[in-house]
Amino acid sequence: MSIAPQPLQSQPEATQGAIISLEGVGRTFPGVIALSDVTFDVLPGEVHALCGENGAGKSTLMRVMAGSFPQDSGTISYRGETVTFASPMDAKRRGILLIHQEISLVPELSVAENIFLGDFPKLRGGRLDTKKLYRDAEHVLEDCGYDLDAHAIVGDLSLARQQMVEIARATAFNCSVVIFDEPTGALTNQEAEALFVTIDRLKKRGVGIVYISHKMKEVLTLADRVTVLRDGKVTGTLSGEKITEREITRLMIGRSLDSYFHRARRRIGEEVLRLEGFGVGGSAKTVDLSIRAGEIVGLYGLVGAGRSELMEAVFGLRKITSGKLSWCGQLREISSPKDAVRLGIGFVPEDRKEQGLVLGLGARDNTSMASLRRLVRFGFMDTIKEQSIFEKYRERLEIKVSTAKTRVGTLSGGNQQKIVLAKWMATAPKLLILDEPTRGIDVNAKAEVHALIGELAESGLAVILISSEMPEIIGLSHRIVTIYQGEVTGDLAAEHVTEDMLVERVMNPPERFADLLIG
Amino acid sequence: MESVRYLARNPVWLLGLGLFIFFSVTTSHFLTAYNLSNVLFQCALVGLLATGLTPVIISGNIDLSVGAVVGLSSCLVIGMQEQIGLAGAIAVALGSGLCLGLLNGLAVERLGVSSFIITLAGMIGTRGLAFLYAGDTSLSAIDEQLYDLTMLHVGPVTLIPFIFLTAVLCFQWMLRRTVHGRNTYAIGGSRSASTNAGIPVSRHVVINFIICGLMAAICGVAMAANLGAATPSYGKDYELWAVIAVVLGGTRLRGGKGDLIGTFAAVLALAILRNGLNMLHVAPFYIPGIMGLALIAALVLDRQLNRASKTAE
Repeated sequence: MSIAPQPLQSQPEATQGAIISLEGVGRTFPGVIALSDVTFDVLPGEVHALCGENGAGKSTLMRVMAGSFPQDSGTISYRGETVTFASPMDAKRRGILLIHQEISLVPELSVAENIFLGDFPKLRGGRLDTKKLYRDAEHVLEDCGYDLDAHAIVGDLSLARQQMVEIARATAFNCSVVIFDEPTGALTNQEAEALFVTIDRLKKRGVGIVYISHKMKEVLTLADRVTVLRDGKVTGTLSGEKITEREITRLMIGRSLDSYFHRARRRIGEEVLRLEGFGVGGSAKTVDLSIRAGEIVGLYGLVGAGRSELMEAVFGLRKITSGKLSWCGQLREISSPKDAVRLGIGFVPEDRKEQGLVLGLGARDNTSMASLRRLVRFGFMDTIKEQSIFEKYRERLEIKVSTAKTRVGTLSGGNQQKIVLAKWMATAPKLLILDEPTRGIDVNAKAEVHALIGELAESGLAVILISSEMPEIIGLSHRIVTIYQGEVTGDLAAEHVTEDMLVERVMNPPERFADLLIG
Repeated sequence: MESVRYLARNPVWLLGLGLFIFFSVTTSHFLTAYNLSNVLFQCALVGLLATGLTPVIISGNIDLSVGAVVGLSSCLVIGMQEQIGLAGAIAVALGSGLCLGLLNGLAVERLGVSSFIITLAGMIGTRGLAFLYAGDTSLSAIDEQLYDLTMLHVGPVTLIPFIFLTAVLCFQWMLRRTVHGRNTYAIGGSRSASTNAGIPVSRHVVINFIICGLMAAICGVAMAANLGAATPSYGKDYELWAVIAVVLGGTRLRGGKGDLIGTFAAVLALAILRNGLNMLHVAPFYIPGIMGLALIAALVLDRQLNRASKTAE
């Protein structure tokens, strides 16, 4: 598809009074121009969001700002002076803090130790001043409004709380710029709300905030200004009223994505899976659920509501504590993923890099990983057939990979996810469980994955879709099952579902909705 | 092009070649058919261990008990011959290796303790078994039957090096061309992703330990056959040389990456170095020190080259 050239928005002048401003910054990696002529600045007390598809240069820009590597061209001024950061440590010492997608804390240490890591209060002779350490830490936590125990071991905390520790660290160091990289990726809605409150506090203290997120809603609510990157260039900076989803998307991909979701035609067949009185883990609560061929069932609930746990039990990754599972009308026991795969269940896990792929292996080897059984002839592996199956999916899913041997660790998130999907499609499954299938992949790949899910259902596959993104789950599913604390609180036909209906059912005690259950 | 890149990633071939040329030029006795067959024989024993160990390491584990298995199986094959005949004795010796491998594998998988600890304990326990069986003495073969076996040859290659070479080829084939081999890489690369793909992870891990134990027992039998005798301390420190050879051959200690061709080259390079130093009449006490330094140098070089090829991608 040809993309009509869009007139570039006029590049903003370096604003007066900016804490940090980049002018004409460029950065090249061997073979790739990651940034070119980027102008970007952050004012005290504002949230400046950075948008763009994966590979657009957001991470590079953010790393340049945080001192991970220098720019090749252009200048950075910080508090009115031109600076060169020697290292991330240097940038940090000057007051620029990067809060990564992946949390970088020492899990074995306590909250207080993590907050002051690298700057422990010392007594004479180099002894650690434990009293001051914990007193200061408690002070910092109180300041942030966090209900965290300074003595708690970080590894025992939830991801959301670990992130709080990182933010507390930022305030302890008196940062003047805080860069958030996809901070809500692993948070529940409530936790995200708490984060937004913190961001607000930071703003009020005059801290400049750079906010990177794929989630349009967050950008729209939080940002005072939005700068969009595409292919390493700034395609526009929006402020005030001009910040709209439509405009941001247009700047991101050079065209607007109007018809985003196509719900698959309903062609419902025989029942594939039925759960009765199905219980997982310690909770006494049980679930009843049924799914038929050709049906896409969305499973919606907060993180921790038990949706992933439930599906892991179906796939044999967790022990079932009670209840029955029927597969195509017959009672079955699934005690390991091996059993599940033999029956015809595929599972695309939430953690693609850890559980979905072997990053060090090639694209082809990852694709055939779950279906090797089918590729054996007289004890040999039929490598020719393996290659042809790989080629088939590479073409069908438009997987962009230079050779069959390219290690999947080097691919973009979207291509990685396509390989995970290809891996399961190659096993010819009857049921596909997708846990956050589009997390961390760019807009175009997302649309492709959505289309694929629809196609698979139309070809007779049963699909269970777990997603935190409401538009996705509403747009794709035929039926949406909501879960609250391990219990089903709703079973809704997706056509008439609104976001509010879902929110209510996953946040409140289930009694209120008992009468609303259908099916 | 492919092979050039392969060489660049596996500098141990270059190391072996360099040493080969160096010793060929500097000493007159190195480049003789007699000496080269000697080198091949010297590398075969550790080579058998390293070959068995490679899949274990690729799957993300380690087996430190192989040297002790060499001791036990060599004593068994010599000691049992009188009572149950040669074939029976060989079977018992190989069976011991197989069982110990199975035990190691099951312990690692069932107890969930790291293989480093399990096989470290296995190493001590197995060595103890060897001393229990043989006492603190040397056992001698009752006749030459076993020794005669080592004289069999395929072309110019005698039986023990032949077994080693065959094993290298078989193992390489197994890793590259069988489902078991492919799954071994996957498990070492990411255990959780492998479990999720429905791979019977435990089974593959245990199989690799069994094969490894068996190869160690073959090594023990070969050693006993060659010397016509055995003591319980045979194979001491061999596990270390085997691990070094595997790692030097480009197999990643954390698993997920590696192959037999690299292990083979590393075993060969180590044997050439040791042999060449002898040929140069370097005093024996210097040799371990020199080899230690050479190893570190080779590993540093390997790291540099791998980093270079990674950034070039």
